[in-house]
Amino acid sequence: MSHEYITVAPSELHSVIYNRYKEGFNYLLDITAIDYTEHIDSHDEDYAVVYIIRHKDFKLHVVIKTYLPTLEIDTITDIFSGANWLEREVYDQYGIKFINHPNLRRVLNHKEFVGHPLRKSYPITKGQLLYEVDDLIDEMNNRLLSKEVVCSLEDGSFSDCNKDLMFLNLGPSHPASHGTIRTYVALDGETIEAAVSEIGYLHRGFEKSCENHTYNQIVPYTDRLNYCSAISNNIAFVKTVEDMLGVTLSERAQAIRVMLLELSRIEDHVVCLAAVLVDMGGLTNYWYMYNPREDIYDLLSKLTGARLTNSFMRVGGMANDLYDGFEEELKEVIKKVQYGVQETLALIKHNRIFHDRTQNVGVINAQDAINASMTGPNLRASGVSFDMRKDTPYYGYEKYEFDVIVGSVGDVYDRVMVRFGEIDESIKIIDQVMQNLPDGEVNIKDASITLPSKEAVYTTIEGAMNQFKLTYEGVKVPSKEYYGSIEATNGELGFFIVSDGSGTPYKVKVKAPSFTAMSAYPQMVEGSQLADAILTLGSLNIIAGEMDR
Amino acid sequence: MELNNPNLPSDTVIVTKLDEAIGWARESSLWPMIFGTACCAIEFMSVAASKYDISRFGAEVVRFSPRQADLMIVAGTITYKQAPILKQIYDQMSEPKWVVSMGACACSGGFYDNYCTLQGIDEIIPVDMYVGGCPPRPEALLDALLCIQKDLRTNKYNPDRHKDFKGLLDES
Ligand code: SF4
Repeated sequence: MSHEYITVAPSELHSVIYNRYKEGFNYLLDITAIDYTEHIDSHDEDYAVVYIIRHKDFKLHVVIKTYLPTLEIDTITDIFSGANWLEREVYDQYGIKFINHPNLRRVLNHKEFVGHPLRKSYPITKGQLLYEVDDLIDEMNNRLLSKEVVCSLEDGSFSDCNKDLMFLNLGPSHPASHGTIRTYVALDGETIEAAVSEIGYLHRGFEKSCENHTYNQIVPYTDRLNYCSAISNNIAFVKTVEDMLGVTLSERAQAIRVMLLELSRIEDHVVCLAAVLVDMGGLTNYWYMYNPREDIYDLLSKLTGARLTNSFMRVGGMANDLYDGFEEELKEVIKKVQYGVQETLALIKHNRIFHDRTQNVGVINAQDAINASMTGPNLRASGVSFDMRKDTPYYGYEKYEFDVIVGSVGDVYDRVMVRFGEIDESIKIIDQVMQNLPDGEVNIKDASITLPSKEAVYTTIEGAMNQFKLTYEGVKVPSKEYYGSIEATNGELGFFIVSDGSGTPYKVKVKAPSFTAMSAYPQMVEGSQLADAILTLGSLNIIAGEMDR
Repeated sequence: MELNNPNLPSDTVIVTKLDEAIGWARESSLWPMIFGTACCAIEFMSVAASKYDISRFGAEVVRFSPRQADLMIVAGTITYKQAPILKQIYDQMSEPKWVVSMGACACSGGFYDNYCTLQGIDEIIPVDMYVGGCPPRPEALLDALLCIQKDLRTNKYNPDRHKDFKGLLDES
């Protein structure tokens, strides 16, 4: 499939994107920057900004790059609401200013942080102690002002004009905030008048760490992005690298990856559903949904050696083939998952409390969801049938029969039910894969990509050298800039990789589905009750590791 | 005589040292405050779920309320941005309190040796028990719990044990 990579002048960037938007490129995937100061190929300017947009038929994406003579560029938040946080991130990490951005402040790093960590000149281990908590009051006041809940006084301060508001922090350390996410709300009684969110509490420097590890060393880091479904992150990353190398996996490896991807999807959805039902007070469901997850863990630990952080994929294949008897055990596990799903649905499907608490709560319509760059089950819940497995199939997904589950309203109910539906579809796919699992090797045979056999390492000098060089120097990826993605459990998970030809990526940017979903969250909960905000957050399945990276 | 001897007749009066009675009471009623931030917190969910079932050890009252808790379990990566919050919550817990550092990240920063990750929570708060692993298996966390309970039972714990602790965020 051909995707476009174009370079435009900074002055034209806004109009180019706007024209593309008019042509139907109405989905913003990601924005990032590249610091070229240490890149071996010479470039005219030190910094470039990169925009990735997708066409509304979801088949084609365009990567637009612009070199910056000065560290400034026009904002595109007037076209895409999803650009708001993405631009803030570029500002935060690279110090590039977006002219006319409504709220240009840091997003991942602390407000006191000095410097821009993704610049090549920032030393990776230079930590900074930080003390002051951001009060978010200016952002909140602007939000309230725009909703005409407060009035600005002549002296520049603000006052409540018609409501008696109470301000409350949800998080950053709160059991219902699903990880370390902070939402600051203005309450009128129990109703949220305005909300603003602060993230970055789990910003662990994934992207910077990628710059001093080899491609295969990054695989364990990808596990820890979305730790509820580690293998799907592995696959998204190594697939991007393999695409850059131009290698094709054997049929067997592709089929196993499909099977593991779907198993991860199940794994992720059950934990999301278990948690959201606990938020609603339905603890029984937690046991029904979480116990099958334990069974998946047992299966995966036998296969990969680890319960949660599996690190099973390698560039060019995977660590091992399936073990004998895997298929039977997989069948048992699937049965248990189905049992858990059935029992849970029996409890909630016709339950009045469940319906009242979830229907028409935390609504986002299709248009807003697209504009905010939401993906995956959250987008499909709003009625948009975008699924990369159907729209841009890979690994032979076109061969398998399954349906894309879509909702209609985009409320908590739809997001929960879409996930239930997807579990069934994933099981269908797994069945089909296991019925026709091709024979063959799981790793490609290319001495410059995959490790030699242990026998060769121990008995031949070539084998030993090969192992040594590959381990120390890493897989050499040809010099290029590439965006690759898959339909991971939470939506489109993509990696934009800049390679300089060495065994270590020059730059890696993750297109994280949770990040953009979270940026849409504050507005989704405005106008609803405080307790509904908790359910909305849970149903979006925000995974802090992937959002903050 | 052992306090938890099930064969005691019902009208027995037990004479013991106050310390021991208190230690015995604490041992079986630890209330964890789980400070879960990342992957390790998912493993904590497993510890709480029925297969590993932390309630077998009387430590299932997870209330997320520092003022009611006496056992802090830090499960996950602590970033510099998060550090003051962790310290504040630790400070809000009333004495006596114990801290379990769960996983490589909480113990040492794990493999996140970079600009945003605190290189171990013992740089800001005192830790009683370190659990290795990335993430540790649920059994490992239960083992840490049992170790703390044993210390409580045998009264090894000394109320002033962290008096000289000075963390990075403490005023010098
Ligand atoms: S120790 Fe490992 S599993 Fe635990 S939070 Fe850190 S990276 Fe995640």
